[in-house]
Amino acid sequence: MPAFLTPELIAHLTVIVVVFFGLQISAAVLVYMERKVAGFIQQRYGPYLVGPYGLLQPLADIVKLVFKEELKPKAADKILFYVAPVLSATAAFAAFSVVPFGADTDFFGLLSHPIHLAAADVNVGLLVIFAITSMGVYGIVLAGWSSNSKYSLLGGLRSSAQMISYEISYGLSFAAVIMLAGSLSLREIVDQQAGSWHLFGLAVAPRWYIFPQLFGFLIYLTAGVAETNRAPFDFPEAEQELVAGYHTEYSSMSFALFFLAEYVNMVTVSAVATDLFLGGWHGPFLPEWLGWIWFLVKVFAILFFYIWMRWTLPRYRYDQLMEFGWKWLLPAAVINLLVTSAVVIYMGG
Amino acid sequence: MDALLFWILAALAVIASLLVIGQRNPMYSVLLLIVSFGALSGLYVLLGAPFVAAIQIIIYAGAIMVLFLFVVMLLNAQHESQVAGSEARFSGGAFARRFGAALAIALAIELGLAIRQLQATPFGGEGRPASTVRDIGLRLFRDYSFAFEATSVLILVAMVGAIVLARKERS
Repeated sequence: MPAFLTPELIAHLTVIVVVFFGLQISAAVLVYMERKVAGFIQQRYGPYLVGPYGLLQPLADIVKLVFKEELKPKAADKILFYVAPVLSATAAFAAFSVVPFGADTDFFGLLSHPIHLAAADVNVGLLVIFAITSMGVYGIVLAGWSSNSKYSLLGGLRSSAQMISYEISYGLSFAAVIMLAGSLSLREIVDQQAGSWHLFGLAVAPRWYIFPQLFGFLIYLTAGVAETNRAPFDFPEAEQELVAGYHTEYSSMSFALFFLAEYVNMVTVSAVATDLFLGGWHGPFLPEWLGWIWFLVKVFAILFFYIWMRWTLPRYRYDQLMEFGWKWLLPAAVINLLVTSAVVIYMGG
Repeated sequence: MDALLFWILAALAVIASLLVIGQRNPMYSVLLLIVSFGALSGLYVLLGAPFVAAIQIIIYAGAIMVLFLFVVMLLNAQHESQVAGSEARFSGGAFARRFGAALAIALAIELGLAIRQLQATPFGGEGRPASTVRDIGLRLFRDYSFAFEATSVLILVAMVGAIVLARKERS
């Protein structure tokens, strides 16, 4: 074995590979989950032919997409048309790289020092996520523009306007948590949520930030739905008005990349919500090294909520979306931040 | 390793910036500017200032450039209008041209002086300025709070001014 292949390096590489493939697998699981839940909500079976209970449906979808013909409109911008989906998917995967998903581990004594369970441990992790998500907008905007089609352009424009509007509330909602935890590192924020809240000396609830930050959590979820372009805020691809929005002209794997990016973004938003508000990998019954199971359970609970909402609520009107974002959500986020900072100063000062 | 990364990022930043002005298609100019900002952000990381790097991406590459892109897309300016060479050279009054030339010379001299005074210090060394979130916060909101607030008022005034100028008269 070459000298530079230390156990630490191998462990880090393993974590990176696990995150990469884990995200792809979770996207496939989500597609299945979405179709199945949609089926049940609409009183039908959903996919059930491919494999037992239709479990192999995502695989069939992928095979179909791979073998489809790759089309490009004649007047499309040659470079940007292909760069856009790649940009979208890259940003989606990169954003998850700083999300920690389990307690530090030394792999049962294989390593001399425990390593963090995250592809990258950055001390300004939250800002990095914020930065990379804001890069994801370009994938959608460029797809809309480079397709040289009216529907695509409108979809791209809507998406960028929506993302800019909701990004502010999104950022403000986690600023409140940052103040409570006094750290920008997701791992430290999760560590602060170990233990429980006490009332008159009794442990009443786990020490998760959702309890002091209930409003923050709701704002985060709402803005997160808008950020990921999901129903009821899925204007960039509102079928009745825009065919398929920014990805109208895309087919085959380029389309699949957008699809993958959307689902990976959902996973990232849910994972960050879990780390920020739901105590990350902390939970009862399981030993600490199995904390990632709690993490997965919480993430998929939020994802289920997402899917549930998509098939329950009708789409808003675009002006309602803007009005809601600027006139309700943003003031609510600002008030939440002000109250939180006042309490933090009062309690800690 | 660090030095290699530095040269790659520095080259990327310079080349992207040059291509920004060398482009006929404004869409590509905007994107190349984003690439340049990204490279600068990488340089900040090398300097041990991850906070500044993240802010650079969020504010410049994320927020401001999206607005640029928005405007370019809405105007649907596919290509810059071609200005014939002679026309471009002689547009503007005689005073404007002489003033511009004087400014360019002054800038070149300033740059030369600045580069001469630059002391080449190895990056990532000891005694680098404050770069943690806490230090930056303290400096901004305690030491330089007046300048900080004054800047924000200035930006607000500029925004109000832009809206007043762009607003259509109601009649």
